[in-house]
Amino acid sequence: MSLFQYDFMIRALVGALVIGLTAPALGIYLVQRRMSLIGDGVGHIALTGVGIGLLLDRSPVLMAVLVSAVAAVAIELIRERGRTPGDVALALMFYGGIAGGVMLVGLSGSRSNANLMAYLFGSLTTTSPQDLTVIVVLAVLVLGTMLVLRPALFAISHDEEYARVSGLPVRALNLLLAVTTAVTVTISMRAVGLLLVSALMVVPVATAQLFSRGFLATMLAAMGIGLVAAGSGVWLAGTIDTALGATIVILAIGIFLVVAVGAAARRALVRRRAVPAGTAAAVEPCDVVLEPAPTSPTPALDLDGPDHAAVPR
Amino acid sequence: MTESVITVEHGAVAYDDRPVLRDVSVRITPGEVVAVLGANGSGKSTLVRAILGLVPLNAGRVTLFGTPQRRFRQWWRIGYVPQRLGAGSGVPATVAEVVASGRLARRGVLRPAGGADRRAVAEALQAVGLTERAGDPVVTLSGGQQQRTLIARALAGQPELLVLDEPTAGVDSASQDAFAEALRGFVAGGRTVLLVAHELGPLAPLITRAVVVHEGTIAHDGAVPEPAGHHATPGHEHVHPHAPDESSGLWGS
Repeated sequence: MSLFQYDFMIRALVGALVIGLTAPALGIYLVQRRMSLIGDGVGHIALTGVGIGLLLDRSPVLMAVLVSAVAAVAIELIRERGRTPGDVALALMFYGGIAGGVMLVGLSGSRSNANLMAYLFGSLTTTSPQDLTVIVVLAVLVLGTMLVLRPALFAISHDEEYARVSGLPVRALNLLLAVTTAVTVTISMRAVGLLLVSALMVVPVATAQLFSRGFLATMLAAMGIGLVAAGSGVWLAGTIDTALGATIVILAIGIFLVVAVGAAARRALVRRRAVPAGTAAAVEPCDVVLEPAPTSPTPALDLDGPDHAAVPR
Repeated sequence: MTESVITVEHGAVAYDDRPVLRDVSVRITPGEVVAVLGANGSGKSTLVRAILGLVPLNAGRVTLFGTPQRRFRQWWRIGYVPQRLGAGSGVPATVAEVVASGRLARRGVLRPAGGADRRAVAEALQAVGLTERAGDPVVTLSGGQQQRTLIARALAGQPELLVLDEPTAGVDSASQDAFAEALRGFVAGGRTVLLVAHELGPLAPLITRAVVVHEGTIAHDGAVPEPAGHHATPGHEHVHPHAPDESSGLWGS
């Protein structure tokens, strides 16, 4: 418990918790529109912003926010136009972003390797109180936007054409989502690093999807999982002295595996329990067995049946 | 002259220089139930999508409720039912959540859902007979039930005009009947319906007028053709995507 007697550990914990809560709240929309990896791409590009910041001796975080926001808007405009050429355009941007970042950090000559590692893989323990303020303020803004605009963002992510015919400002909402993605990536860069940002946006959502039934339930569960992974990650990393970002991500993936195995085991268990009921019923004529099936609590074929109890609604 | 709900004047649409609609003019007035019929690829879906602004016009103009489509902002007056649930989303969503997004046109982006929204969603679910499934994930529903979810989503916005793109394609007969019932209730209020269809099925008695699209132009506009006549429309290819049924017949017998 002596771990948190140091201010820098407290700051690391606060930063990690805030990001653990915010990243999945945004990530769910990216997962929903099957753009799970976009955070990764934006992270690549943000490195160029870091490089520019170091070179010009301006705040690397601020420059990263600007550069990645511009890039995220460009990606959104490419996505809007269609697919085929967009794919290549995205590849050019992503690799150009990370290569440009590495070159610019080198040019800035600021003890580059240590610096580069800090941004690529995170260094929350070196976060200054000012950095932490920026992270918390931006995270609260992103989180508030995701929660307040949930119905609209759900609508455009779920069925964009329908949202258009509903008269929603689809383009503005898409661009808003792009910019908030960039902001989230950049503030998470201090915690888990640019190369691992996407994990914190996607893995908790993927985990929540294993047992939840609705969108809001998935969102809240994913935020909870992100919070738990981030909090326990800070503690574990401090205890066994490992890199914080990697520890958080490994824990998040660990939770995913445990939940996945648990969900599979539950299904198997329910199915096995359903078998005796089925054999007992088989004594009756066949068509009678089929009749009560929909009302029986555990129909053997209904894969999602057992999930009823798992969702906090 | 009554105000028209939809007016298309000399509308033309092309995808990559390939003309899909050429010089189409249609006018739909309040209370009409119009079916747009035609073969696959005739341009009937494109006509509806152009009316809604989902496909840009190359020439001509579309007017909605007396306002040119480009300046039309009262989208809550229109309920749109697409052919199927959007492709997106690995994230689960409940039936009620999908239907609730039909309220956004009325409520706007920023206002949180209120009692009126919840009532409208409950009524829409009841109209299509899915009240019991409200809390279930949409993906666990049958194709017909998913289609009914989309209809409930459109009804939840309490529109004056319902636009449906092949609402009964690949839908089981129980859902078709439930759907016809919901549509009957909608029409009884004197509201307007425009639907694209391949076959009318149980909807036929509701239709007041048929527009047959053939090779990008309107081949017929008036009374509903007899089923035989409908099947005899030029270029009608009666193709049904019933492959699973056929194979089960092959192996199951």
